[in-house]
Amino acid sequence: MIIKPTLRDRPGAWALSDYPEGTYWEAGYLTQKNAGWRSERPVIDKEKCTGCLQCYLYCPDGTIDSDLNIDCDFCKGCGICAKICRVSAIRMEGETR
Amino acid sequence: MNARELTKDEYFFGHKACAGCGGALAVRIAMKVLGKNAYAALPAGCMSAVGFNFPQLCFANNAIISTFAGTASMLTGIEAGLRAQGATDFTAVGFAGDGGTADIGIQALSGAIDRGDDILYICYDNEAYMNTGVQKSGLSPFGAKTTTTPAGERIRGNIRPKKRMFEIAAAHGIAYAATASVGYLNDYMDKIAKAKTIRGTKYIHVIAPCPVGWGTRTDETIELARDIADTGLWPLAEYENGVFRLTKRAREPFADPQNYFKKQSRFRHLTAGDIAAITADRDLNWEKIKKEYEGS
Ligand SMILES: Cc1ncc(C[n+]2csc(CCOP(=O)(O)OP(=O)(O)O)c2C)c(N)n1
Ligand code: SF4
Ligand SMILES: [Mg+2]
Repeated sequence: MIIKPTLRDRPGAWALSDYPEGTYWEAGYLTQKNAGWRSERPVIDKEKCTGCLQCYLYCPDGTIDSDLNIDCDFCKGCGICAKICRVSAIRMEGETR
Repeated sequence: MNARELTKDEYFFGHKACAGCGGALAVRIAMKVLGKNAYAALPAGCMSAVGFNFPQLCFANNAIISTFAGTASMLTGIEAGLRAQGATDFTAVGFAGDGGTADIGIQALSGAIDRGDDILYICYDNEAYMNTGVQKSGLSPFGAKTTTTPAGERIRGNIRPKKRMFEIAAAHGIAYAATASVGYLNDYMDKIAKAKTIRGTKYIHVIAPCPVGWGTRTDETIELARDIADTGLWPLAEYENGVFRLTKRAREPFADPQNYFKKQSRFRHLTAGDIAAITADRDLNWEKIKKEYEGS
């Protein structure tokens, strides 16, 4: 198991007693995705990819894992991965609704 | 260090930083090198604002918001507390912005270095007070347009040079200090890994472009962070045992600063004369570096 903040089931409304008494709480506790920010999403062409892992390394959000799976729940579509790729194996595709 | 040597763990994830944020990358990568036994303190600034939005808490390790001026003193306390509890394998690490470091937190930082406290202080430098809407800090570079240093006809942006925080930290006789850039992460990771093993105070100053404050595209963060090193404007260096050393030497002739400035709207107003003055300053700095660091 890797260590990483994870999404929790957050009950809709918190009762007062659900809140901590001081400013402390469990680490790595997520209640929201960041997907709504994106207008473009990265798509990796696994044929072209050489496995250099520069996209994994340079992602400010840690949304590409070292097996090159992209977590589209948290990718903000910045495009850094597409630019850093030396063999242009990542292209940014427009999000359609 | 390279990507393959990093843990798969993610300690800074789910945060609300803007797309393409250099500061978020600096924190994420440092945490991956330091691992779960790092206890982090962050003052006011973008990284605490985007990392702690209760109940969205984006550090997987122990992390806390410090007072603005007290990043270093809180680290001192964390380190002493852990030591008193018998812990041995841990790092007390701070992530403070340029404003939180060179202006607001400089006294606490200076005190910690003076005492030789066993802490790692990382300044992620986006060259302005970004979280409150881009005000000039002591680390904003000459010429930069911010909301408090607007670009007019007579005064074109910031009239003051960037404080030399790396040298200021070194001048204390600190155990270890380094400059870095998120554009060259292998170099940055080497420095974090080294700092982790050194006892005493460590200061790492990492350039972390901010698309919002710099007026750049979100996908340009890394190339800008490379440009600033490649132009010779930000030498990648370290200071250890009283000796300065370049770690990743920019190739000469340096890349033209003009291209670096042109990409950013905060510098768009600069005249050819302004850029020539900045370039002359850079050359003077390198003369000094060659003499002092390299003895030539
Ligand atoms: C004592 C105090 N003064 C002022 C503020 C307002 N404030 C919050 S974040 C911030 C900017 C911090 O700038 P910097 O340290 O460069 O970090 P950045 O936001 O750029 O990442 C300011 C002025 C505050 N939170 N507390
Ligand atoms: S304003 Fe700049 S430093 Fe702050 S989160 Fe956004 S990109 Fe990062
Ligand atoms: Mg700042």
